[in-house]
Amino acid sequence: MPRYAALIYENRANEGTGTEEDWAKVFAEYVDFGETAGAAGVIPGGGEALQPTTTATTVHVKGGAKGGEVVTTDGPFAETKEVLGGFYLLDCKDLDEALKWAAKIPGAWHGKVEVRPVIDFS
Amino acid sequence: MSKPLEQMIRHEGGRVLATLVRLVGNIDIAEDAVQDAVVDALRRWPVDGVPSNPAAWLTTAARNRALDVLRREAKRSTKETDARLLDDVSLAVREVTSDSMVRDDLLRLLFTCCHPALAVEARLALSLRTLCGMTTSEIASVFLVPEATMGQRISRAKKKIASARIPYRIPADHELPERLPAVLQVVHAVITAGHHSPEGSLDARSDLAAEGVRLARLLTELMPDEPECTGLLALAVATHARRDARLDSTGSLVLLADQDRSRWHHDEIATAAEMLDHVVQLHRPGRYQVEAAIACLHGIAPEFADTDWSQIASLYATLEFLVPTPVVRVNRAVAVAYARDPAAGLALLDESDIDMAAVEDWHLYWSTRGELLARNGDAVAARMAFDRALACEQNESDRDFLLKRRNAVVLLTTQ
Repeated sequence: MPRYAALIYENRANEGTGTEEDWAKVFAEYVDFGETAGAAGVIPGGGEALQPTTTATTVHVKGGAKGGEVVTTDGPFAETKEVLGGFYLLDCKDLDEALKWAAKIPGAWHGKVEVRPVIDFS
Repeated sequence: MSKPLEQMIRHEGGRVLATLVRLVGNIDIAEDAVQDAVVDALRRWPVDGVPSNPAAWLTTAARNRALDVLRREAKRSTKETDARLLDDVSLAVREVTSDSMVRDDLLRLLFTCCHPALAVEARLALSLRTLCGMTTSEIASVFLVPEATMGQRISRAKKKIASARIPYRIPADHELPERLPAVLQVVHAVITAGHHSPEGSLDARSDLAAEGVRLARLLTELMPDEPECTGLLALAVATHARRDARLDSTGSLVLLADQDRSRWHHDEIATAAEMLDHVVQLHRPGRYQVEAAIACLHGIAPEFADTDWSQIASLYATLEFLVPTPVVRVNRAVAVAYARDPAAGLALLDESDIDMAAVEDWHLYWSTRGELLARNGDAVAARMAFDRALACEQNESDRDFLLKRRNAVVLLTTQ
């Protein structure tokens, strides 16, 4: 079964904001999605939610080869308006099905969901 | 070789391609296989004669080619999927293709090429390539982009179809409202490009207009219950009916007002009007039905002066409600100028709701202003508008035409 990564992007301005009730509501939406998609067998690959980008650290090895100097920077790789907030791995037979499921992820209405096919190395 | 035979082989090849894509599930392999079969036919048919069923001949030849390729790939690869694909194709090869299957294949291919996951210009290019049998260089010349750019656009789209697994299927009825507009939009773009074309060769353009009619007809045959398909077909037919009057003997554009209406294909316009009459009774209006109604009203006017402008103006108002774009606004302003007076048309171009950023560099907005200002007796402002139009990007025949109009206005101001 082909696998797709559903990458959930949200507006950085919204990161870590919102009242507790707001979060409880969003959380309930995700629980609901998890149950529906889980029952349909779409997310055996699982999914994760990420801590805000304020907790991110970016690592780069200089020189374009193993063993170079390691440069560590505070913050995400790119300072963009929309940030990656989490992801699911969706097992779907084709893109139409993957898009159908992606549209059910709460992130699709709180932000945007990018769907990318995962390379099959088998 | 005779041109008709070559054209026939090419046309049949296009129909065969859709079936091959279904069988092998990969546009590239299918294209190569059909290409080989077409080359074979071009070599053999002039000598051996045309087979009694050309499509069946080409399908069989292309299938055998594709099978060879898949066998080779399956041998090289350890992938289970390749072996399974080979089995599927081997089985499918024995099936007899009926007309209705070929139609479904074409529709499937059209929906795949027009999938919303592809960029609009990629949908257009891919559809022209796979369904109209146009070469990459022909498509590039019609859309005024370098051939390499067009080639890249097409191959990127094909790659996305393959790696993201855009399915090769006709959407279910409940998905149609979401998926059909993208398909209609592509066919509409084919029709438009065939008529208001850039500098591409004349042959390529008129072919394109004919392809637009063919694609619209195909959609209508496949989805007879969708009023917008019929609307689009009526639009395509009514517009294409004016093909012989659109250019003068030197290849310059002739305005609707100046066209020799005896060169219009009036039987085709009547057919379009009939189709439209039938479909509007379903009371499911849409932009293409409205556009077709406008094209038919132009088509049935014996002379330009007889045009029913007030009805056309109100149809444009409806169209603007459905499709609020500057293009529609400009056309509506022209219609209103004829139906009432130039000042009323100009007022529509000046309204504050118009998206100035979108029209700033659009020569037709400025040239329309120029025309209406000139007719309103304001030659100085008209000349400025024409100058502004000439400063925008446009193709050579538009530029020639604009220069002529501007100079006519300049004559007025210096008199």
